[in-house]
Amino acid sequence: MTSQAMSGFWSLWISVITLGVIAFCWWLLYANRKTDKVPAANGEVETTGHAADGIEEYDNPLPRWWFIMFVITIVFGLVYLALYPGLGNYKGLLGWTSTGQWQDEMARAEERYAPIFQQYAQIDIRTLASDPAAMQVADRLYQNNCAVCHGSSARGAYGFPNLTDGNWLYGGDPEVIRDSIIFGRNGLMPAWVDMLGERGVDTMTHYVLGLSGLEHDAAKAEEAAPMYQAICSACHGVDGQGSAAMGLDSIGAPNLTANSWMYVQPGQSVYDSVAFTLRHGRNGLMPAQARYLDYGVELPNNLRSLSAQEKAELLPKVHLVTAYIYSLNQGK
Amino acid sequence: MTEKIPTKDVTPVDAGQHRKSPTTGGPQGELYAKRRHIYVKRVQGLFQKLRTGSNWVLMLAFFFGSFIPWGGRQAIFFDLPNRQFHIFSVTFFPHDFMLLAWLLIILAFVLFFVTNFAGRVWCGYTCPQFVWTWLYIWVEDKTEGSPNQRKKLDKQPLNTEKALRKGAKHFIWVLIALATAIAFLGYFSPILDLIPRILSFDLGPWELFWLGFFTFFTYLFAGWMREQVCIYMCPYARFQAVMFDKDTLIVSYDTARGEPRGARKKSDDPAAKGLGSCIDCDLCVQVCPVGIDIRNGLQYECVTCAACIDACDQVMDKMGYPRGLIRYTTEEELAGRTTKILRPRLIGYFIVLLAMLVAFSVALSNRIPVELEVLRDRNQLLRMTSDGMVENSYLIRIANMDQREHSYTLTLHGVDGVELQGAAVYTLAGGEVRQFPIQVIGNPAQLPGSPAVNIEIRLQSQQDPRIAASRESRFFIRSAR
Ligand code: SF4
Ligand code: SF4
Repeated sequence: MTSQAMSGFWSLWISVITLGVIAFCWWLLYANRKTDKVPAANGEVETTGHAADGIEEYDNPLPRWWFIMFVITIVFGLVYLALYPGLGNYKGLLGWTSTGQWQDEMARAEERYAPIFQQYAQIDIRTLASDPAAMQVADRLYQNNCAVCHGSSARGAYGFPNLTDGNWLYGGDPEVIRDSIIFGRNGLMPAWVDMLGERGVDTMTHYVLGLSGLEHDAAKAEEAAPMYQAICSACHGVDGQGSAAMGLDSIGAPNLTANSWMYVQPGQSVYDSVAFTLRHGRNGLMPAQARYLDYGVELPNNLRSLSAQEKAELLPKVHLVTAYIYSLNQGK
Repeated sequence: MTEKIPTKDVTPVDAGQHRKSPTTGGPQGELYAKRRHIYVKRVQGLFQKLRTGSNWVLMLAFFFGSFIPWGGRQAIFFDLPNRQFHIFSVTFFPHDFMLLAWLLIILAFVLFFVTNFAGRVWCGYTCPQFVWTWLYIWVEDKTEGSPNQRKKLDKQPLNTEKALRKGAKHFIWVLIALATAIAFLGYFSPILDLIPRILSFDLGPWELFWLGFFTFFTYLFAGWMREQVCIYMCPYARFQAVMFDKDTLIVSYDTARGEPRGARKKSDDPAAKGLGSCIDCDLCVQVCPVGIDIRNGLQYECVTCAACIDACDQVMDKMGYPRGLIRYTTEEELAGRTTKILRPRLIGYFIVLLAMLVAFSVALSNRIPVELEVLRDRNQLLRMTSDGMVENSYLIRIANMDQREHSYTLTLHGVDGVELQGAAVYTLAGGEVRQFPIQVIGNPAQLPGSPAVNIEIRLQSQQDPRIAASRESRFFIRSAR
């Protein structure tokens, strides 16, 4: 992280004004020292000439403790300016930065909470998923990191999968969920309109609707069946059961028989959505979350080949969120 | 409106040993005014007794208030880290700060009312600044002796006796300050746990800081600054004058009766010598904790502690004169007229005060110890389910501000055809705050044609149906394209 330095002029400008104001304060204090007016013979004391409601203002000196407080504030100001960055580009003797303070606070929080997270890291994901206290902590992690895309109830949104319906793009096994979170996912559906042609897109859409048991034109579906087996079944499976069901963890081709559609916009028909997908393709990206959830952890190159236990200890917050996502799908 | 009190010439009649006016006293060209140390003489008498009584009550309340137990914890406990403020059976949360604001306003009006009626009785009998100052003066008296002995002691070069006496005084002062700080901290950190931790030097950095802070400032304010706090720092002292009128009780010297002042023997007949009742013994000046001469008239430094009344009454008794040369009186009375107690301003203060007290009690007794917040998901307005239903997500946050566990039933109102999904009952321990995601779901074909409708989410405790809360939110049916 780099901080934007000021140009020499502005740095000087600020320093001169800051120190100038302090010098002015000191001068003001000194200039207002008591020049005690000697009372005239008749006992009249000269006032400042200010009068309000007939009350005149004397020119009395400051009480000593008050004067000392002014001196203290001036000294404090100078010491502060020497220790902390306040004068333009001057860094201060303590080398304090707001970034540094934030890092310190993070480190302190880490020190305080790490033992709790490490304790959870020792517990198997399936067991952890049924521990209400752990899930409360995990819920907070989820709401802060994941809810922005998947929704506070994890039921997904347009373009973001529902995480509660037991229907997985990449598989719902705890270790697979963990990997999805750590490394992220990139699901790519190519555009098929060149291969299928306009009529092919239409008939194939009917075929896909049929797989999920939705209302469709059976004749058109039948027409598309050979094409489906030739092209689509490679990823979506011969029965449309999706890549996860075939044990292909990293493709992410959805199950077409589950009547679960990630790209249906409100008010849009499933037909329109599927036809759009076939014509233009889709590109879904889930960013790798390890660096955000477990902020500051050094990720080793062999992360993929670590054992489940090693991953849990290295990335305890990912471990908790994994258990949370897993818990949402119990009984589905 | 009552007239303003005319300003008085307060230049001392005799600028003798006491209170030199700063404008006439100091040498030229100084950076600041030197403070004259006031050697306060302790006095016995009716008002001093009153004050001792009120001081005892207040100090006992302060020092031992935190020890009162209440259902497994201390009765008055301000739990800052958890932002919960327990006062006996009620627990306040940050959202109750409105109540605190009202309470402070009410206290301000109490102050207006009392000040208008009886002047600065707050300063004289109850203000912690002076309660502690009197305590410190008492210690001073016990360790260093009377004001004359103290003056002599201060002039002496350092010797064993001086060191011992001074040392004892400061030691006791610091002890009192430390006890004060501990008692104060005890309202924020459980006192029964705090005391052993202090004895074993096992304090957190903030506890240590506040302990030092309050010890230091108690010692400084009550030991060293005393009347300086009242004269220069206290806002009340600065604005109390605007609440005064001619019918306000003040401590005053009866000039008509006292002057011309002068020394005399007890057997002398003052009338024959052409003297008033004041024997110019200066006792009223010696006992004054703010170092003024009440005979110069009403002065803003005067905290109406009535020490001078006690002193003067003693003298009057000794001389065989009637008491009350210095007394509680009013401007009107001094001018020979009668005091009007029931005056529009006082009645006004009273009515406002009464109205606010009633409003406050109603607000307090109607306070519902539960809070419900409903936050719509921000990234999406609605979601279509595979069977054509429309679904909206919300995060609800429930704060159980009661001291016991509650199970709350959540219900949805406002539109037919939408219903709540997710748990219908939420159980929270006393003082617990949690958030839960919920869904509201409906069939767009059966809902109004508008893009969105208003819904109302209600929460009701199963244990106490009066404890309920409700929030409005929006339910989006379709995107308005
Ligand atoms: S002037 Fe202020 S600090 Fe002094 S006794 Fe009165 S209220 Fe207290
Ligand atoms: S003048 Fe009298 S009442 Fe006022 S502060 Fe002094 S002793 Fe107290």
